[in-house]
Amino acid sequence: MTGTAYVKKIRSGEARLWPSRRPPLTRLDIELTERCNNDCIHCSVNRPAGDREARAREWGAESWKKLLDEAAALGCLVVRLTGGEPLLRDDFGEIYIHARRLGLRVMIFTNAALMTPGLARLLKDMPPLEAVEVSVYGMKEHTYEAVTRTPGSFDAFRRGLGLLREHGVPFIVKGAVLPATRGEMDEFEAWAAGLPGAAGLPSYALLFDLRSRRDGRKNALISSLRTDADEFVRVSRRHGEEAVGEWRDFCARSGGGRGGRLFSCLPSGGSAAVDPYGRLQYCLGLRHPATVYDLAAGSLREAVTEFLPAVRDMRSAGPAYLERCGRCFLKGLCEQCPAKSWAEHGTLDTPVEYFCGIAHAQAVAAGLLEPGEKAWAVTDEAARTKRRR
Amino acid sequence: MSDKIDLDRIYAPSEDIVVREIEGEIVIVPLVSGIGDMEDELFTLNETGRDIWNKIDGSRTVAAVIRELAEEYEAPAGLLEGDVAGLLEELLVRKMVVEKE
Repeated sequence: MTGTAYVKKIRSGEARLWPSRRPPLTRLDIELTERCNNDCIHCSVNRPAGDREARAREWGAESWKKLLDEAAALGCLVVRLTGGEPLLRDDFGEIYIHARRLGLRVMIFTNAALMTPGLARLLKDMPPLEAVEVSVYGMKEHTYEAVTRTPGSFDAFRRGLGLLREHGVPFIVKGAVLPATRGEMDEFEAWAAGLPGAAGLPSYALLFDLRSRRDGRKNALISSLRTDADEFVRVSRRHGEEAVGEWRDFCARSGGGRGGRLFSCLPSGGSAAVDPYGRLQYCLGLRHPATVYDLAAGSLREAVTEFLPAVRDMRSAGPAYLERCGRCFLKGLCEQCPAKSWAEHGTLDTPVEYFCGIAHAQAVAAGLLEPGEKAWAVTDEAARTKRRR
Repeated sequence: MSDKIDLDRIYAPSEDIVVREIEGEIVIVPLVSGIGDMEDELFTLNETGRDIWNKIDGSRTVAAVIRELAEEYEAPAGLLEGDVAGLLEELLVRKMVVEKE
């Protein structure tokens, strides 16, 4: 019995703690509310802050605390609190403190506008152990509020970010490429580089998800704002060819088509998501009734050990899916998944043309396809990905 | 024995950490600022540390911890002193244990 370095660090995001047997749940995404103080033109979630019907249906703090207890007992290490805008809830601090006292790391997705001195102090004194992720919708008041459609939101965001800085709370900023903000990318990146703890370029939302609650009118607006395939490639290459190299690597690593398999994104013992009303989902975007579990009528343990594994094993029998996605070697690039099919088509397996087009443009840029070629018709994908490595 | 660790002292886990046992691993999660070196780190213990940790519960002196481990491992207490002191020193530096009055 002799040891050195008795205490070992596990850095954020490291998942090698359990080489053989992982806990049934390692991360839980919680959508605390659908409501938001902003009304962003591209957002896939927000309902008005004062929406009484939504608020009345939301789970209260006691229900969330009980769920967090269950998650911790299952081995969960990280909980993500998101929305809507999670800080809209008066009981956000109570839920946050409960999660931290259970030994959970907490990811917070926010627009920062509702940050208060008290909450910033709490995040300083009892740190979330994950950088707070702040969405930024523009560098100037008129661009920011063209996105949020909420007067005063730019000043509120700046105030909130100032509180995080003043209290030394680690945060990262994320941008969105929208008509109003396309011309500000350089300015945004220069500003982000000057923030405390800045490391590398900020990330952007480019491929906006449609509303998984399938609001047709809103989805038409989101579709109209999406970056097209050429622009996606152009934006990805703004700072060099690193992204293109990664695209090649993804394709080389992910192998051939997925056959009838629908899910390839989450491993067993991975994450789960819960909506504001206590319905557990595979991820926050997937609301197909066959993939939703009502926690009020069951338990988190049953959901993650029995229900989700059955969802994960679902397969497609759809001819279009099997003919295209099932044979496509771009699966490591493509955003196609049951959640996207659900939001766009109300099914689990209808190929989504938008994401298919983006993946093909990436593959052409990476030299894996010729323009006009269809990836599912390629028969020498191994040679192509190997040659380009 | 280490200069910093007295055999007659009693140590207990700090209230500023959360200790979890997940799939057989002990995971130490900082609860407040200033635990560990960075704000986003968790900690775990090696096998030796895990056995010792389970006895650092605020009820035993360091000498008692060593004596009990010596009995369990059927090893001379002198061999175990270094490990117990080593772990306690690491935990004290990281503010993960406190000395009980």
